[in-house]
Order: sequence, then C-alpha cells, then structure tokens
Amino acid sequence: MSILVIAEHDNASLKGATLNVVTAAKAIGGDIEVLVAGSNCGGAAEAAAKVEGVAKVLVADNAAYEHQLAENVALLIAEIGKNYTHILAPSTSNGKNIAPRAAALLDVQAISDIISVESADTFKRPVYAGNVIATVQSSDAVKVLSVRGTAFDAAATEGGSATVETLASVTDAGISTFVGQELAVSDRPELTAASIVISGGRGMQNGDNFEMLYKVADKLGAAVGASRAAVDAGFVPNDMQVGQTGKIVAPDLYVAVGISGAIQHLAGMKDSKVIVAINKDEEAPIFQVADYGLVADLFEAVPELEGKL
Amino acid sequence: MKILVAVKRVVDYNVKVRPKSDGTDVDIANAKMSINPFCEIAVEEAVRLKEKGVATEIIAVSMGPKQSQEQIRTAMALGADRGILVETSEELQPLAVAKCLNAIVAKESPDLIIMGKQTIDGDNNQTGQMLGALAGLPQGTFASEVSVGEGKVSVIREVDGGLQTVELTLPAIVTTDLRLNEPRYASLPNIMKAKKKPLDTTTPEELGVDAAPRVQTLKVEPPAERQAGIKVADVAELVDKLKNEAKVIS
Repeated sequence: MSILVIAEHDNASLKGATLNVVTAAKAIGGDIEVLVAGSNCGGAAEAAAKVEGVAKVLVADNAAYEHQLAENVALLIAEIGKNYTHILAPSTSNGKNIAPRAAALLDVQAISDIISVESADTFKRPVYAGNVIATVQSSDAVKVLSVRGTAFDAAATEGGSATVETLASVTDAGISTFVGQELAVSDRPELTAASIVISGGRGMQNGDNFEMLYKVADKLGAAVGASRAAVDAGFVPNDMQVGQTGKIVAPDLYVAVGISGAIQHLAGMKDSKVIVAINKDEEAPIFQVADYGLVADLFEAVPELEGKL
Repeated sequence: MKILVAVKRVVDYNVKVRPKSDGTDVDIANAKMSINPFCEIAVEEAVRLKEKGVATEIIAVSMGPKQSQEQIRTAMALGADRGILVETSEELQPLAVAKCLNAIVAKESPDLIIMGKQTIDGDNNQTGQMLGALAGLPQGTFASEVSVGEGKVSVIREVDGGLQTVELTLPAIVTTDLRLNEPRYASLPNIMKAKKKPLDTTTPEELGVDAAPRVQTLKVEPPAERQAGIKVADVAELVDKLKNEAKVIS
C-alpha cells in the first residue's frame, strides 16, 4: 500500500495536524509520502522529512500553491493521486476544502472525519454530529480520507529521514485568487485547536459577564466558547458556538459554565477528555456527561476558580 | 443573474438520533424532518441577493425521496422562484449528489451556486467542493460574507484561526457557514404563494448519473458512553481534582 498525506503547513512550518494524519496513515500501513504544496515552502518540507514514519516528501513549490487554493492544489493531487491506494488529509478547514475536490476529480467518494482505521478499506466516522458512529467500507480503488486529529496521536517530529522529491508540474486553474486573510490576533488559541475550552451558556445572563470566562481562559491558555442559547440571546457572536451546528471540539479539558446541556450542545463537546460543569441547577443534563460537576452559582464559583489558578 | 441553491431534507437538529437496535442504520422513521440549517442559510443568502437586485431568479434543487418537495416548498416560501426535485428512494452520497447537480448546472447555467457547507445528518462537508471539481468552477467554502461584483464574487471564508478572502470568477460555488446570515421566517402569505410556484421532477437516471453508492455502511453504533462523573463540593476540590486526578491543568 502507498499512502499520500496532504501536509497542513504555512510554507515556513509544518502544522501539528499533519502529525495526527501520519499516525492514521501508519494504522493503515504502507509507504507514507507527504505532499507539501506551497510557495517557498522549503521549511515545511524539511520538517515533514523529519517526521517519524515518512518515507518520502513531495514538494510542489510554486506561486500557484502559495495560499493552497483548492482549485489549484486539487488538480495537483488528482494528477499524482492515482499512484496511491490512499490519500489522507487533516480535517482542518484547509483539508476539508481541498480533499473532496481532489476526490471528485479522481471519481472517488471521499470519507470525511475518520476517527479509527478498522482495515485498509474500512473506517469509523461520526455522523449526526457524533450521536452515531458509523463503520463504513469504501469500494473505490483510491481511498480519499480526511482525518479527525483528536482521534489519533501525533507522530514524532524527529526520527524520520525521508527523501525529498521536487514535483515539476504546475497546476494553476486560474479561476480563483487569494485576496487576504485576517487571522485572529487574540493570544487565546483557536476553539477547535485548543487543549482547554471554557464555554458559557444562557446562565451567563449577558455578554459582559463573559469577561469572567476570558480571565479564567487567559490563566489556562484556553479558548472561550458558548452554547447556542448564549449565541441566540446575543451574548456573544456565532463563531463562538460549540454544538451540532457550530464548532465540534474535543479538548483535554472542557469547562461548561451556566450551560444546561441541550442535545445540540452536547453533540459538539462530548468527546472532550475531561468535562467540568458548573451550574446552579443540580438537575441540569450537563451533569450526566460531566466528569466533575460543581453545583454552584457561577457568579461566585468562576471568580473563585480564577483566583485559585 | 441566476442563482441555484441546493437544499436537503434532514432530521431536525433538535432530534437526538439513535442507531436501530440491530445496528444496521439510524432510527429516523418518525423523526421530525426539516431543511438542513446550512441550506436554509444558502436560501436566505440567495434571497438577499435578489432583494438587492443582484439576482433575478432563484432555483431551489433538492434530491431524495418525494417528501423532499416539502423542503423545496420551504425554500420557495423564503423566496426561491422555482424548484427541481431529483427524486430517488436510494441513498445518494455526496459524489452522486454533486454529479446530479453538475448535470443541472449544465442545463440551467446559473451564475452562482449556493449550498450549505455540510448537512447535519451525514456531516460530510464534500458536495460543494465536488461540484466545483466536476463543473470546473471555483469554490468559496465556509462563507461568512459574499459580495458579487462584475464577473466575479468575493467570498470571506471562515478558516481555522480566522478569515480568508478569495476572489472567484463567475460562475462560482459558495458553501455557507453559520455566520453568513440569519435566515428569516417564512410568512403565511409566502407559504401559500410557494404552493403555486413551479416544481419540476427528474431522476438521477434522467440526468445520466450513475448514483450507486461507493461507500457501504457496515454498522452504526452509539458513541462510547461517558463514565458517570462525580460532584465536587467546592471550587477548591475542583481545582485539586483537575490538577492531581485528571492532570489536565498544572
């Protein structure tokens, strides 16, 4: 078997999500090659060559790939993809943008968000926002998979000595242009990548009170999320929403503050390793999934928590 | 300009879906069905473009069982002008849906195709990207802002860690994220009017699409249950447990 891993990178460096995908590739078994498509992406390629378990790194270094536009990168993957039994991408916004486009060019039904490898053609993946786990089998010659990073450990960043091969061909579809980007300048980590998430619900009462959560988050290096109820009430913007129609998170620690635990919220966070619930209603359903429940008034408990960290 | 929006009939987001006891499929026999929330955002965006005078016609397309007509009527009540149902009782996977849409795009030649980034049943997040590949059109996925210009569309995309802006030549595909807009509620007069709007029916076969599934579901099961946790007495005990038992903070 030969596996192509699509690297997550910013040209200068390799992103951690790639390492989880390499581990998923190892679980399938076979030669693992990593594609680094970028511009002046030598730094990322060098890092990929050192990852334990990687046999070869393919580098496509051209201005057409600078921002990894799906239209251009998918053409490249489709061109080289037939040489592989599996093509794996991380379930990042970039991976999700590119992998299905490449799959369709290869006439393959991609499988999204795998959380385990059962065999070379059979995988488990969550559906219905994680309320159901499906075991699915692909009949396509090439398997195109996106890998949920939280389900696989990271491969070691040292220990590999892959050969590096430069790809000459340039695939520029010429139908899309990168204009700019605005990456969050907050010192807080991004919700789906954070190892600790603290979320507030309707119990927060208003947007100003989220300041309490920001203070705790800053002490823990955590991201701040919210329930749909808090978003619908206008306390905080939509992009903070954790839940079935918002962001799906699975951090090491999830702290739910003033969140009752509606199905739609639980679907977005119940794969977290440790869940803490702080709620004054001891009957709140959130306590049924919490490892540590504290029945308390959040307006007393949260400042106290901040003080003790 | 002409806009095509895709809408899917899915289990309502408030319904907790469970596997059947024999593990062959999910049990949705009597579940409340609704328009997929991301598709609803797609319809709203198309309607706003029409209200701004940018779009002249909105076509709503759905695929699936006959009852998917209800979701097309919902889209019409929100402002779509006409509908196309690709009727099939078979399971359609994203690649097959993209192929059917591609056939409709070839016939209708829309300038913009707006669809949800994913459906809340299969959670695949593939169809828009696949349609882009098959039709050779650019894609603005996970859109939080769409601005149509002369022969092009500018899309602000929600990416990990922030926002990215891309410019796409028209025709183009946009897939919606949550922040793009807040869909309106259909008024009763509009619901009544929607019943009279034209709705054509076709099939994957008529569109020349081989819709056979490529991926087989072998089993469905509930996710691992979480172990029942404990209640802590106070904040001090909570911090102690997190530090010394769970070891998730230091």
